[in-house]
Amino acid sequence: MTDATQSPAQGSLSAYDAHTAKRNTAEKRFRAYGLTAIVIALTLLVILFTTIIRSGAPAFTRTVVEIDFTLTTPQFEAAEKKLLKTKEYNMLFAGFVADAISDGALDQAAVAASLERILGKVGGDIRTHYRANPGDLDTPVAFELSTSSRAEQYLAGDITRDTLVDSRFLTAADLDVIDRMKDAGFIKTALDTTFLFGADAGVDNPGGAGIGVAVIGSFFMMLVVLVVSLPVAVAASIYLEEFAPQNWFTDLIEVNISNLAAVPSIVFGILGLAVFIQFAHLPQSSPIVGGLVLALMTLPTIIIATRAALKAVPPSIRDAALGLGASKTQAVFHHVLPLAAPGILTGTIIGLAQALGETAPLLLIGMVGFVAREYPDGLVSGFTDANSAMPAQIYTWASRADPGFYEKAWGGIIILLIFLLSMNIIAIILRKRFERRW
Amino acid sequence: MSAPKIAVSAVALMAAATFANARDNVQVAGSSTVLPYASIVAEVFGDNTDFPTPVVESGGSSAGLKRFCEGVGANTIDVANASRKIKDKEIKACAEAGVTDIIEVRIGYDGIVFASDIAGQNFAFTPSDWFLALAPQILKDGALVNNPNTNWSQVNADFESQDILALIPGTKHGTREVFEEKVLLVGCEETGAMAAMVASGMSEDDAEDTCLKVRTDGLSVDIDGDYTETLARLEANKAAIGVFGLAFYENNLDKLQAATMGGVVAKTETIASGEYPVSRPLYFYIKKAHIGVIPGLKEYAQFFVADEIAGPDGPLAAYGLVADPELAATQAAVGDEATM
Repeated sequence: MTDATQSPAQGSLSAYDAHTAKRNTAEKRFRAYGLTAIVIALTLLVILFTTIIRSGAPAFTRTVVEIDFTLTTPQFEAAEKKLLKTKEYNMLFAGFVADAISDGALDQAAVAASLERILGKVGGDIRTHYRANPGDLDTPVAFELSTSSRAEQYLAGDITRDTLVDSRFLTAADLDVIDRMKDAGFIKTALDTTFLFGADAGVDNPGGAGIGVAVIGSFFMMLVVLVVSLPVAVAASIYLEEFAPQNWFTDLIEVNISNLAAVPSIVFGILGLAVFIQFAHLPQSSPIVGGLVLALMTLPTIIIATRAALKAVPPSIRDAALGLGASKTQAVFHHVLPLAAPGILTGTIIGLAQALGETAPLLLIGMVGFVAREYPDGLVSGFTDANSAMPAQIYTWASRADPGFYEKAWGGIIILLIFLLSMNIIAIILRKRFERRW
Repeated sequence: MSAPKIAVSAVALMAAATFANARDNVQVAGSSTVLPYASIVAEVFGDNTDFPTPVVESGGSSAGLKRFCEGVGANTIDVANASRKIKDKEIKACAEAGVTDIIEVRIGYDGIVFASDIAGQNFAFTPSDWFLALAPQILKDGALVNNPNTNWSQVNADFESQDILALIPGTKHGTREVFEEKVLLVGCEETGAMAAMVASGMSEDDAEDTCLKVRTDGLSVDIDGDYTETLARLEANKAAIGVFGLAFYENNLDKLQAATMGGVVAKTETIASGEYPVSRPLYFYIKKAHIGVIPGLKEYAQFFVADEIAGPDGPLAAYGLVADPELAATQAAVGDEATM
């Protein structure tokens, strides 16, 4: 007890001596460092988000040509006899628009040729419409069809007459046609529902590409991850935490679980290719394989979170239960597990969020390429039909040559971030709502 | 049964069910150079026929052919895309796994373009220039010396001063092989370096291998990703010169300018006529055993090589593929299911 009053010779305690002043400066300095670090991190975050939003926002709108288009039955029948029917519809539509804007003043054929460059790949949409609604033939139908990515860039001001390099994608003469269409009121900007709900499109058709199917792919993968990894991880954690004897073998398992959490994700992709596709013959590129691979990757994360949650339950709860005559299993399932549930849920959701953003393992099991093409027909086909996932779709788009896809990739990142943020928010809400402090 | 148990068994059951189900869509994998064309065809095929849209994966020619040769059955791919001809070794591996009848389809040609930043110097290259710029050893005053060139003006006095920095495709790309054979090897022979190596006692094969090597002092950078990465590097360092596919270059005319090679401008016409020296044929390979089993497989192949698609006025040519002048022969071969 004498220690605290040992140096009375140093004068009053309320006066700062040199040592205290030095310590106080050190503390101030440290606070300044911390504050700088936070400011730097926040600045980077703001830069990141503004870049993403600025680059990605155009993906959510599209420029459309809006016109009442009439397709006659003979035209329809003639087009259906061709091999490349969609191109026929493209040409018919271009001819129709050319008629509407040229007023006999312009060379109609040249305008139609320009329009084929200005319009996106609209033939597929037109064919789908008339095949589904044959009654619409011979009557005017209001169509909203997308323009090509180059025309959109011109209208957005990314390409100007000065910077345009004539190519087979867009020429200077096309710009006059675009201006004319704009003046005539045929062009407008609309919400790009194709991007939100559509499937992937060919490399020459960025206007027709959407992330919807990839979202479904990610959804089914997350379902597999949840169903596979949660029960396995919880069972493993409970056993290790509550029942397993402490010996070298369980120590070894524990060390390896921690190691597993640090294994690069691409390794799980190689494993998945070897085990699930080449050995078990599960269908390649399918969400079930993707989900199983990601489940392996998520397992250690959930196990570690679950064990921490179980550890955080005070021993008095177990002791009380056992003291009142509950068996060990009853103590765990009736008392410990419900109390640990919020922690387990949080860990699981964070594990899922991590899995949702993972691309590397998907490269190896064939989910990158032109894969997300059709919505699954049902529950089973959702798991087994070839599909992509959001991060894999973004990766695919980012590597395509047409600048229109660059925009789509950024837009895809926004969608992915929205999913990740909402999952994290759910985790926070669950924790706040059910967490108990002792 | 508890909910998790039901769910687990449901997943297991579904997995089992898929073994019995045959696939109803064509599955394609392989070259990332062919992927854009294949994806265009796949989309149009789905839009224009009643067959489901084929799935096209990337991964590279070698990886695609390896998967192609894994065996016959619904769990293996039907078509392998390749930016080079299948090798004898691969045909043998295929045969060992029971894949014996293979149909080879040549879809057209792809040109390889040497492009620099649009604002920079306009180059007129010859293969010798590239060999002198990139080889680890070149012939100087009759002797093989370590490559002293660090500036394009040292390589060829006609060029303005610009540091050498070449972004060339990495070794896993099919493009690399074309670059080596059509540019480096030709340059090696033209500059006399090859003859000097043979004269110094090297065997012809060894000399050829040495010719294909590139310097490792950082002036030549292997790009293992795709052309987007090459473009990003080039934008970061405007003095660099990158190797691109013709289609990618034509999609980015506002950022890139292409050099001539041997005095020939890289464009569809010069590649189709064979004047432009750096081009290669693109292929896909079909498993004959899958025709009739996988619905739409033969139709997909026939659709791919039809005049309306792979011809000079089709969407593939519009994207940058150089149409094959002998397309009619290919169409006939696909129609007859003629194997290799």
